[in-house]
Amino acid sequence: MYSQGLTDAKGQAEPEELMAEFQAKIDREEKIEPRDWMPEAYRKTLIRQMSQHAHSEIVGQLPEGNWITRAPTLKRKMILLAKVQDEAGHGLYIYSATETLGVTRDQLTDELLTGKAKYSSIFNYPTPSWADIGAIGWLVDGAAIMNQVPLCRASYGPYARSMIRICKEESFHQRQGYEIMTVLARGSQAQKDMAQRALNRFWWPALMMFGPSDKDSTHSAQSMQWKIKRFTNDDLRQKFIDATVPQAEHLGLTVPDPDLQWNETTGHYDHGEIDWHEFMQVIKGNGPCNKERMQARINAHEAGAWVREAAQVFQQNQAKSNSEAA
Amino acid sequence: MQKDLSQYTLRLADSALTMGQRLAEWCGHGPYLEEDVALTNVSLDLIGHAHMFYQMAGAMQEPAVTADDLAFLRDAHEYRNPLITELPRGDFAYTTLKQYFIDVFNLYLYQAMATSTHEELAAVAKKAGMEVKYHLARSEAWCERLSLSTDEAKARIQQALDDLWFYTPELFETDAAMQRLTAAGVAPDYATIQQQWQQRVEPFMALCGLTLPQAGWVATGGLQGEHTEHLGFMLAEMQFLPRAYPGCEW
Ligand SMILES: [Fe+2]
Ligand SMILES: [Fe+2]
Ligand SMILES: [Fe+2]
Repeated sequence: MYSQGLTDAKGQAEPEELMAEFQAKIDREEKIEPRDWMPEAYRKTLIRQMSQHAHSEIVGQLPEGNWITRAPTLKRKMILLAKVQDEAGHGLYIYSATETLGVTRDQLTDELLTGKAKYSSIFNYPTPSWADIGAIGWLVDGAAIMNQVPLCRASYGPYARSMIRICKEESFHQRQGYEIMTVLARGSQAQKDMAQRALNRFWWPALMMFGPSDKDSTHSAQSMQWKIKRFTNDDLRQKFIDATVPQAEHLGLTVPDPDLQWNETTGHYDHGEIDWHEFMQVIKGNGPCNKERMQARINAHEAGAWVREAAQVFQQNQAKSNSEAA
Repeated sequence: MQKDLSQYTLRLADSALTMGQRLAEWCGHGPYLEEDVALTNVSLDLIGHAHMFYQMAGAMQEPAVTADDLAFLRDAHEYRNPLITELPRGDFAYTTLKQYFIDVFNLYLYQAMATSTHEELAAVAKKAGMEVKYHLARSEAWCERLSLSTDEAKARIQQALDDLWFYTPELFETDAAMQRLTAAGVAPDYATIQQQWQQRVEPFMALCGLTLPQAGWVATGGLQGEHTEHLGFMLAEMQFLPRAYPGCEW
């Protein structure tokens, strides 16, 4: 039993009866709500998973935000602005869903800015060309959808509900990315080359978004039992590859994996070995843009400090003058 | 008349685009998430207004050109926006106060334009005018918040006022083409808009405890294509792709 040996916040063993009831509820596909009893480890795992997700949405604004002022048409500029704005909105919903677990957004922001919390490794890669904006929508939002659709059925109610809302927008993101790639792939030779370079840049990092291979994944089994994870990393990754390779072929682009091959027997694509060393390096902070991304968030936070303080003082002054008037 | 209107819609479009482009620089860098989303919203609306005005302007040219041609293939001296909209984004106080000045201007501009004898212009003005109400509610609230809170915020917004105030008279400048359009009931009367603007802005600045600066360089030139040094950099960045890959679709 996974639940055996779990301890509460004070290090006491969780009461067995409550644990059994809790798991039975999850097994019946009923939602756990903020006021319900839950084991401390469930709460902690959710806070970690959800805040990582929220942080990813926020940091994820940066690589695409990089091209807003340079988008090549007014329509593309508006779509990209709306898309990056959606990501900020996703961050907002997930932070508020996480707050129902008894943490504040300030605490979570602090963990991000001090490097204590993680965010998706993908956002530590640069977007030097416009085609990267296409590749991100197509591959990164595509991978996010694979990850998030099952989470619409996550056992924790506020999380599941925020995912339902978010997934609708993610599919618009994926479509606009694929559309950018389609136009480039049908365009001039220079545009095709631009698209191919972007696919080369983002293919492997997109596969890494699903996390370590199942044999190395530490949190999987318990999270599956708690239904805050429905499929293993490798299953989701395979699903993504199977869905995406035909799309690349349709674009006339080459997936940068010489070992990629359709396997008649399994009914899936076989693929080459992922560079897990690179993945670990990026996770540890040694990716191409880790420092820049964190610095951009820290700068925004610090430059905004006086604004947040002003808003707070103004509100206090208002409350004071209201109560004096009363 | 066609030519006058095509020029005038360029003034409207260039103003909205440069304003929206500057605001877009905040996306991902706002003081907090809610503001990031709100600033992006305003930017999106403004670029949407620009798009509509460019479409009108482009259709009136001979031969007709697209909205993107106008936005991406004209150089600084062909842009017709007032200088204030191309100024750098500055800090949050500067962005907020600049936005407030423009929002009040847009409110009265589109309100009057909604009754234009030109149907298409009136329709665009009605749509834009609805959105501008929200923009103004937001920028006005922020001006008040910043002015009546901490010493630092107040100092910053006073600084922004000192830097921006003499860029505002240019908003109401007109040229011969605009005057003909106003006489024909197509364009609003800018003298009236100026009065309305002053009657709203000056008491509000006083309510915020801000002091209007006494002297400075009074901006002018946008209507003749004479701009600040900032516009060239904005266009270089914005127009990079269509310029580097001419004739491509995106
Ligand atoms: Fe998202
Ligand atoms: Fe996401
Ligand atoms: Fe997305």
